[in-house]
Amino acid sequence: MAATTAFAGNKGEKDRSDCFISLELATSGGINLSLKSKVKSLYGESIVALCKDILKFFGVEHAIISIEDKGALPFVIAARLEAALKKVIRTEKEYLPAMLTESQNTTEKERHRFTRLYLPGNTPSLMINAGIHKPNAVILDLEDAVAVDKKNEARFLVRNALRALDFMGAERMVRINQLPAGLNDLDYIIPHHVNVVLVPKCESAHQIHEVNNQILAIQTRLNVKTSVWLMPIIESALGVMHAFEIAKAANNVVAVAIGLEDYTVDLGVQRTAPGTESLFARSMVVNACKAAGIQPIDSVFSDVGDMDALKENVLQSKALGFEGMGCIHPRQINVIHENFAPNAEEIDKAKKILHAFDEATKKGLGVVSLGTKMIDAPVVKRAQRTIDLAVSMGKLSKKWKEDYKSEEQI
Amino acid sequence: MSKSAKLIINAIGRAVPTEVNGKPVIPFKGVGKHKPEGKKFGPRISSCADFPEDGNKLIPSLKEALVKSGLKDGMTISTHHHFRNGDLIAVQIFDIAASLGVKNLIWFPSASFECHAPLTKYLEDGTIHHIEGSMNGQLGRFTSEGKMKGVGVLRSHGGRYQAIQDGEVEIDIAVIAAPSADFFGNANGVDGPAACGLLGFALADSQYADKVIVVTDNLVPFPCVPWQIQGNYVDYVVKVDQVGIPSKIVSGTTEVTKSPDRLLLAEMTAKFCEQAGIIKDGFSFQAGAGGTSLSIGIYFAELLKAKGMKARFARGGSNKYLVNMLNEGLVDYILDGQTFDLEGVKSMRENSHHVNTSPFTSYNYHGKGNFASMLDVVILGATEVDVNFNANVVTHSDGVLLHGIGGWQNCLFAKCTILPVPLFRDRIPVIRDEVTTICGPGELIDVIVTERGIAINPLRKDLIEKVKDSGLPIKTIQELKAEAEKICGIPAKQKFEKEIVAVVKWVDGTVLDVVHKISS
Repeated sequence: MAATTAFAGNKGEKDRSDCFISLELATSGGINLSLKSKVKSLYGESIVALCKDILKFFGVEHAIISIEDKGALPFVIAARLEAALKKVIRTEKEYLPAMLTESQNTTEKERHRFTRLYLPGNTPSLMINAGIHKPNAVILDLEDAVAVDKKNEARFLVRNALRALDFMGAERMVRINQLPAGLNDLDYIIPHHVNVVLVPKCESAHQIHEVNNQILAIQTRLNVKTSVWLMPIIESALGVMHAFEIAKAANNVVAVAIGLEDYTVDLGVQRTAPGTESLFARSMVVNACKAAGIQPIDSVFSDVGDMDALKENVLQSKALGFEGMGCIHPRQINVIHENFAPNAEEIDKAKKILHAFDEATKKGLGVVSLGTKMIDAPVVKRAQRTIDLAVSMGKLSKKWKEDYKSEEQI
Repeated sequence: MSKSAKLIINAIGRAVPTEVNGKPVIPFKGVGKHKPEGKKFGPRISSCADFPEDGNKLIPSLKEALVKSGLKDGMTISTHHHFRNGDLIAVQIFDIAASLGVKNLIWFPSASFECHAPLTKYLEDGTIHHIEGSMNGQLGRFTSEGKMKGVGVLRSHGGRYQAIQDGEVEIDIAVIAAPSADFFGNANGVDGPAACGLLGFALADSQYADKVIVVTDNLVPFPCVPWQIQGNYVDYVVKVDQVGIPSKIVSGTTEVTKSPDRLLLAEMTAKFCEQAGIIKDGFSFQAGAGGTSLSIGIYFAELLKAKGMKARFARGGSNKYLVNMLNEGLVDYILDGQTFDLEGVKSMRENSHHVNTSPFTSYNYHGKGNFASMLDVVILGATEVDVNFNANVVTHSDGVLLHGIGGWQNCLFAKCTILPVPLFRDRIPVIRDEVTTICGPGELIDVIVTERGIAINPLRKDLIEKVKDSGLPIKTIQELKAEAEKICGIPAKQKFEKEIVAVVKWVDGTVLDVVHKISS
């Protein structure tokens, strides 16, 4: 016999913006709903109305439900109730919160991914204000940050967050579970405008094909075609050896990240601050990505209290060729942006190169030189990238060329 | 005593009574409009003939001192809150009063804390009739539920001085717990095991109360210097084992916030001040004791250092961060109302540029000026703000009274008043159509900083102009409110009972708003 009682959500001492719902199906007596909430006087009626609407949607007529609410937003309450309900009833239906227009964007393959903020997939309080810290991307994490017994309810929460939460321009990423379990996560995210799927513990191109096949199947079934990018995470010796194959496994792979916690465990060594033990792996990932024309992304830095060490780490990472890092705390974002960004010296040099290039072009010269140095096309290209980056990060005015000329005249 | 006197609409549109606890009161008339005439309150003339010539006013116990002071039904008993949550004296006073069978006292503290929650039993048994001061935590909830016999009266620190000075509140017995005192009654806050920095909140009590009792656990031979409280005002001195719990005197709010959202708020506030040209050489500021405010102080320090500037003075509550600024030469003076940690106490004891103040010098509206209005910028908190920039600090959105006003109202007179607040707390939007309780008129509140945008009071065209090209996310207050409601939903209107459980006084003694009993 199927279970008739179920629960979902969190009610720990420190849990906020969440709720805990317990539910018991009944055969008579209608809906008996009890609500304990810190926002009862302001939102009690709307919470009850939302729950009744969900129950009606799923055709539940008799149930005893108790909600312990700690200021959960409607999309959270809906996710919790649906997760609990689906433990006791069988249905294909989904109760979806309205999709925000802000949640319907697609992202460019080449956009910056300096920072991507990890958000545990079952912790609403950390998701709600994630956007205000302006990371390049947020990662709703279904994998390591979610306890095994919470995996299922986290999927509903992540799905609803993708639709109903405004991440304020951050690219919306989801880290699915390790394959094959992770393939089932795709049903909860692909139809809901996820921008990038992170494939953890990736070891082969085959796994990327599996994910893409599943995505295609879902998109075909729903008749949608939005671009979904992939970011495999390499976290093992085998993965490192297959880095290039993974990096060019499919056109929608936009970046490859390295996960050093698992990698060092796989190697049987300690992760150290200088990182000598992972230098090979990191260089492999960087080279594989550059060879495939995509972005190499570094591991997270786990000491959230030490901003100086983080800065060192970022500078090292940039020097190796990485183009971004994971963040596990919003305060890391600025430090990472600031130090991946071109510094004053780099910007200055790039300005000179581009200026020399412009002058040479104007004069119809085939050869560009700066002082006594010849400038090759790739050097100009790199200078242009530095300038674009500086402009997009607010470190340089869009009209820098005008300013540059007037500076020269002075 | 009736709780439901006749109501009239005051100048800010709130229905307020004309009589509170049997005494007539004046409804709020507008900022700067009420100017009472006449003389200040005069306490009884004392004569040295009635006091020991050797200066020894020691009495064996607090109980004897209270009896000698003529403790009886209906009296007003005052205490100060410099010991914060570590106060051991206030509850003892009412233990004694209850044991003597005294009824209907009015407790007139400068603020209350959770350690005063045991007083609810004396509010229940009639020992205490009502509280005039602040009703925090459990006392606030008790009041909100309509259980207090009289109507609570909430005043700012400056308003408390004004009420005493103007004779609105006549203190029968002031009990001044002191970290250090001599037998004559000279007392200070900088020395002794319960050192709390200063005793400024007890100044008016010493000057105007009919009887003054100094209670100390650190009796020093005459003279006790410095003497912020002067023995010439004091009737009796009592030595006890302990006046306060040192670890609880140092408030828990003095740690910098680790919350990324609050740090962002602090950063945005500091940036706003920078962009608005507020941070300049010789400027002055006051930031509260909350974690967000502390962080703002730290950002100020960084900005000053980077620009090679310094502030002329900062107003306390002081703490180690402000003391560091003083020691690093980033600010010339701390004019301090209360010290929040031991570094603050030590600095006040040892550094002549760390100066004690009182509500008289800092806040009193019925004086010839005060320090608060001279500040270039003040950073304050709020539980709610409305679309007219009116703000609330005493009740929460569920209507329950939980906090006192403190110096908040007085600080609104600074040249720029900024409230950094989250756009919503959990699901509760902070910006509302109407605040539950008006504690500060919107015309005095200049800027609301939230993590999702900054709203500038339309009255401050100068500020709007200064930051228009700053790149800061400037929005209207309506836009901020709409943004919160898009996320949280539109909150239902709060339901209250008709009964008034407390009134909020404005700095001039008029009634600004009332707190209603919460609906059961």
